[in-house]
Amino acid sequence: MSTPRPPAMNAVLRGLLGPAGPELTCERCFELLDRYVEAELARRDADADVPGMRAHLEGCPACAEDHDSLQSLVGSGRRPHD
Amino acid sequence: MTDALRTTRRVARAGERRLDTESQEWCDALSGTGHEHDDAVARLHELLLRAARFEIARRRHELAGTRPRELDDLATQAAGDALMAILRKLESYRGDSRFTTWAYKFALLEAAVKVRRRAWQEREVPLEDDGWALLADRRGAPDTDAETGELLDAVWRGIREALTPHQRNVLIAITLNDVPIDVLAERLSTTRGALYKTLHDARLKLRARLAADGHCLDHLRGGRTP
Repeated sequence: MSTPRPPAMNAVLRGLLGPAGPELTCERCFELLDRYVEAELARRDADADVPGMRAHLEGCPACAEDHDSLQSLVGSGRRPHD
Repeated sequence: MTDALRTTRRVARAGERRLDTESQEWCDALSGTGHEHDDAVARLHELLLRAARFEIARRRHELAGTRPRELDDLATQAAGDALMAILRKLESYRGDSRFTTWAYKFALLEAAVKVRRRAWQEREVPLEDDGWALLADRRGAPDTDAETGELLDAVWRGIREALTPHQRNVLIAITLNDVPIDVLAERLSTTRGALYKTLHDARLKLRARLAADGHCLDHLRGGRTP
């Protein structure tokens, strides 16, 4: 069994090695980002709706920031459970 | 635009997904002509400008010392570029989300890329050696146990031995030296997508090398939570 590593170390290793599973490209990520974010905000299963998106967001810091911004902007203008 | 083309657009959209009323109104107005079209373009620009300002406000810390007027100029440029992109790609809107959500992502992307590039315009991209030094620091840190140290050594060897020089440079710049991918893409005269492909291939090679050397990476799963 592996010894637990400090979170910072895991972050460094995760950054270097990236996600383990299949992931979208940056281009597909951009194409599908609005659909994914709306699914998240509607509390639907966004990962089932857009397979490969979460893995890509784990591996690509820029796309992850774009995701977080869109989620925040759209979420801020939305009523709860809208 | 001809009536035939407008009709084709509407049929194509109708065949893909039924739009909500507001999104349909946006599409109709932007596909129209005259006052209706011009008014829709002006309203869309306002919407995009708000989104660009929102993004720049979120990233203000990256541009410390930049005057508010310059920040607003950046937002205006981002909104203008996003507007052009949207009008070019209107055909590709399939109604998978509300029109405004689809449009926002263009403004947020343009604003984020502009901020990243502006923040790095006076800076040199760190050298590969800086990344190695960071990894060496982690290797020698007091909280690094023997097992982790061994894995770091293997990663280090894998980067040096299994990757091409270009893959090595890209991997180290983005993941160890925190160079934004859009900044690196601009410096290397390429695109975010092309660089990410390089990064992805490098990571696959590195994982394969570590697996071949008997290292288990299961504990590294799951970086972001839904």
